[in-house]
Amino acid sequence: MTIIQFLLVGAALFSFGLYGVITRRNAVLVLASVELMLAAVNINLVTFDVVLQDALHAGQMFSLFIIALAAAEVGIGIAIVLMIFRNRQSADVDELDLMKG
Amino acid sequence: MPSLDYHALLPAIILAVTVIATLVVDLVTTRKSLAAITAMVGMFAALVPVLTLAFCDSLEFCTSTGDRMLFGGSYVVDGYALVLQGIFIFAGFTTLLLSIGYLETDRYYEGEYYFLIVSAVLGAVVMASSRDFISMIVALEVVSGSGFLLAGWRKGDPKSNEASLKFFIIGVLALALMLFGVSLVYGLTGTQVFSEIAAAASGVSDVPLFALGVIFILLGLGFKVSAVPFHFWTPDVYEGSPVPVTAWLSVGSQGAGFVGLLSVCYLAFPTVTDVWGPVMWVVAALSMTVGNVVAIKQTNVIRLLGFSSIAQGGFMLAPFGAAAASGADLGQAFGATVTYMVIYAAMNLGAFAVAIVIGSRLGSYELEDWGGLYRYAPGIALTLAVFFMSLAGIPPLGGWFAKFAVFTATIGVGSWWGYSIAIVASINAVIAFVYYAKVVKSAFFDPMPEGLDVGSLEGSALPSPIGFAIGVTTAAVLVMGVFPGLVANLGSFSSEIFAAIGL
Repeated sequence: MTIIQFLLVGAALFSFGLYGVITRRNAVLVLASVELMLAAVNINLVTFDVVLQDALHAGQMFSLFIIALAAAEVGIGIAIVLMIFRNRQSADVDELDLMKG
Repeated sequence: MPSLDYHALLPAIILAVTVIATLVVDLVTTRKSLAAITAMVGMFAALVPVLTLAFCDSLEFCTSTGDRMLFGGSYVVDGYALVLQGIFIFAGFTTLLLSIGYLETDRYYEGEYYFLIVSAVLGAVVMASSRDFISMIVALEVVSGSGFLLAGWRKGDPKSNEASLKFFIIGVLALALMLFGVSLVYGLTGTQVFSEIAAAASGVSDVPLFALGVIFILLGLGFKVSAVPFHFWTPDVYEGSPVPVTAWLSVGSQGAGFVGLLSVCYLAFPTVTDVWGPVMWVVAALSMTVGNVVAIKQTNVIRLLGFSSIAQGGFMLAPFGAAAASGADLGQAFGATVTYMVIYAAMNLGAFAVAIVIGSRLGSYELEDWGGLYRYAPGIALTLAVFFMSLAGIPPLGGWFAKFAVFTATIGVGSWWGYSIAIVASINAVIAFVYYAKVVKSAFFDPMPEGLDVGSLEGSALPSPIGFAIGVTTAAVLVMGVFPGLVANLGSFSSEIFAAIGL
């Protein structure tokens, strides 16, 4: 068992997530893609924690915090998406073009 | 069970109690103004321990001296942290003052609004003291998470909805990128604490994965501080959000991002400046130039202030870039950036306060509707001139000293990195003057728009909370401009920090 396999899984998940955030048009699927990216981070952190044999287990601690953060983010995200769906009957990110940055 | 230094934690504890108290007060009463009063009293109370900590040496009951390290160096209360905590509490307090009249006129939900503002301030205060990645990211997300919801507070307005979702998607994307970088840095250095990373970083600085991790972290923070090329969301979010929230986002939320950037660059990665220095130089030059050039074309004052905040962010990054790219001592650049942040907070909050007063009377934030303001509201027009000229950096208003500190720090580096960015910055200072002066010219010299009922505007009195906010920020801008020594001392503690971590 080498560290490389775990890091590859992490990197692959992160890339899928990033691809999803960029290409998906539905806001809920964008949210799901962000979750993939955060899961990739958790895999990395736990892997490094085990490989480094960190006495403080900072990596595992951090992954617990990230799980909590991710849950909070989804809560906020779904609230915002619902609000938008109520106003325009669509959760399509591309239709949000009232203002041009 | 180790004993805790509760005095050092008191600002955060008071704010946390206030967060809960605001919610409870909102629940049990029907008068929503009570929730606002609770939030304000709580924030005022949180300022007291910040002051007692700052002047600990001269107080009798205060026994411990020097910097206070808690939780194994993860939470540090030093001069840097206290100055920034003071700014964030001041910014939050001013935002509350601006919000009170604004919320009452538009029938928003009120109690939860104050709750979210206090939470955001709590996050920013913890952010200023965070010295490891775990507490920094949790604090940063407390600030951003409140910001996502506040940006969408006008629930029925499609622009506000759009601002909220754009801010949210960019925010979580930045979080994910930053976290991936953190995981790589943790894997290569074996620690999450900034000072230990700084010690371990020089050993792994030539590992490509480490450079990738550093770049990912700076990328994520770049989104948070809306540095070019990660700025495209900023004007939309600023325009769509309720205006008091925009004031908070441009000072408090963006400020928290800057604190993260300062702490990470100067405390975690000072030994690997060759990895991030040139990148920072380019980002600073681009932010100033793009922000200013696009701002010239803006017709909406809030969008103009949005682009102006991008450009001002570039000014804050300029000393970073110059010192790091040439491998010089980071101490002076650190002091200059903190000085700039203090002054910028006061003048930008003031500019937003004046914009809210004018905008809510006229019902428009378009510049052409602001013509002839001086004729029917001379006092407001004068304060408008004070804040916009201060943002442009005209002496004797506070803004000139902020610019002066940045120029001194960049030129003081003594290399071509420093000279060249000083030249870019001075060209940008001229460009910036054009659009700040445009707003002032419009208010003083342009004809009034047709069909404007002057009689109805002359009579309306200034709401006292906003009047108070404008008074405090005007005084701050004038005092900092005339007696710059006051703020210069705030920046000088940076050398102590660098002595402490052995640089």
